[in-house]
Amino acid sequence: MTLAAIPEVSTVLDDRDPSVPEIIQGTGHLPEMRVDPIALFHRVREECGDIGRFRLADKDVVLVTGAEANEAFFRAPESVLDQAAAYPFMTPIFGKGVVFDASPEERQQMLKNQALRGDMMRGHAQTIEAEIRRMVAGWGDEGEIDLLDFFAELTIYTTSSCLIGKPFRDQLDSSFAEIYHRLEHGTDAIAYVDPYADIENFRVRDEAREQLVAKVQAILDARIARGEVAKEERDLLDVLIAVGMDADYITGIFISMMFAGHHTSSGTASWAMIELLRNPSVMTDVVAELDALYADGSEVSFQALRSIPVLEAALKETLRLHPPLVILMRQVQEDFELLGHTIPAGTVVAASPRVSNRIEDDFPKAEEFDPGRYVDPRQEDLQNRWTWIPFGAGKHRCVGNAFAMMQMKAIFSVILRDFSFEPVQDLDSYRDDVSKMVIQLAQPAKVRYRRRSR
Amino acid sequence: MSSGGFRVVADTGICQGHQLCQGEAPDVFGFDEDADVVTLLEERPDESRRADITTAVKYCPAFALSIEED
Repeated sequence: MTLAAIPEVSTVLDDRDPSVPEIIQGTGHLPEMRVDPIALFHRVREECGDIGRFRLADKDVVLVTGAEANEAFFRAPESVLDQAAAYPFMTPIFGKGVVFDASPEERQQMLKNQALRGDMMRGHAQTIEAEIRRMVAGWGDEGEIDLLDFFAELTIYTTSSCLIGKPFRDQLDSSFAEIYHRLEHGTDAIAYVDPYADIENFRVRDEAREQLVAKVQAILDARIARGEVAKEERDLLDVLIAVGMDADYITGIFISMMFAGHHTSSGTASWAMIELLRNPSVMTDVVAELDALYADGSEVSFQALRSIPVLEAALKETLRLHPPLVILMRQVQEDFELLGHTIPAGTVVAASPRVSNRIEDDFPKAEEFDPGRYVDPRQEDLQNRWTWIPFGAGKHRCVGNAFAMMQMKAIFSVILRDFSFEPVQDLDSYRDDVSKMVIQLAQPAKVRYRRRSR
Repeated sequence: MSSGGFRVVADTGICQGHQLCQGEAPDVFGFDEDADVVTLLEERPDESRRADITTAVKYCPAFALSIEED
């Protein structure tokens, strides 16, 4: 059976509608994906089942859901399903010539050699704890924060410090996070037609990238003027300068290293806070667990690497309902068999964490926030390892997931023991801005903190 | 809980070589340095090892491990 035998989803936004920008007129479901991608992906499953199809300009996208199709998708080798070609919106952000993502083999090598290695985690945990304490050091007894501003800035510091090095992180301030955010916001799906199109979103993106390069250039110039330092004071920037890379290329590498860990962790921390505010009894349980855990004065950097079951379950449930990436895409390199269909080379195949994570058969009352799913014997994450996929699955499963969970545990250990939080806007008003491929919390997303008396 | 014992299963097709399982149960999980994947030193461990192995399964960053009850 060929592509035509796979049902195509209905169209709810006419791709010739006057509201559709000129450049994406006649591009099938692309206009809808820029407005409401989540409704589009859910509709594919509702109308077409485990395998359905939509169209992005000249590309057919085959969207699969459900355990059987997801497993085939996630087990396919890189030579059959390639990631890089499926994400054209990333190329101008990383810069030409900077690799999108390493192959699974290279990733594994990197894992063994450097920053994400298991035995590096203790140091990372200490770094993260220190960064959180630095962020809240200026807080008074009570006040308001915007979740996006706060967590986006915090995770710039943690990812840069852990992945690039403390000397580099110490030369960053909040302006770096603000510029980085504009870069993430440049992931407009119009890139499926032309990633360099002359549109406002891409102009802002390219200007942001130039500003980051200028910042890195200034840091690099200062390093060169300072001369060599002792080996233990060097970070990745010194290494890259030593091998002769220029600021533009180094910036591209840093952007790509930080990208996977930044908006994802920032969004997850924000949504975890929102879900805890929406579910006060879970918040009470989490705070009680943390108070008991730290009653003996043990350190956050120690406990964050260990089991904190109630908090972990709340974080997993947050990830299930609000996966930072709603769609994972691959380009078919050679004809690929999927659920009895032959998908031809050149097609895009996709899996949707957002849709799979809410399949009712696997996750009863899927729309409800219920951390009890992860308690023995339910263990709905392990029981559904091909549909509980906030981190993806298989060889490409997020290589930073242990780091990410540790970071979340450290963040909430610090802020929930020292402060209590309450919403300052309607609980239903917290939402995501889904107009870009990188989904971020929509602003305002304000909460009020109050120092706890302990 | 089952009284018939259990079997440990490692899916080397998706193991990413994090080696965290070795920290939990070094007598059960080994590592193939050349292939960069987990190896099983003990496919049918004693019941007394269940807690550590369950932790290894739960925290495997690749979800590559499982327990099959007899």
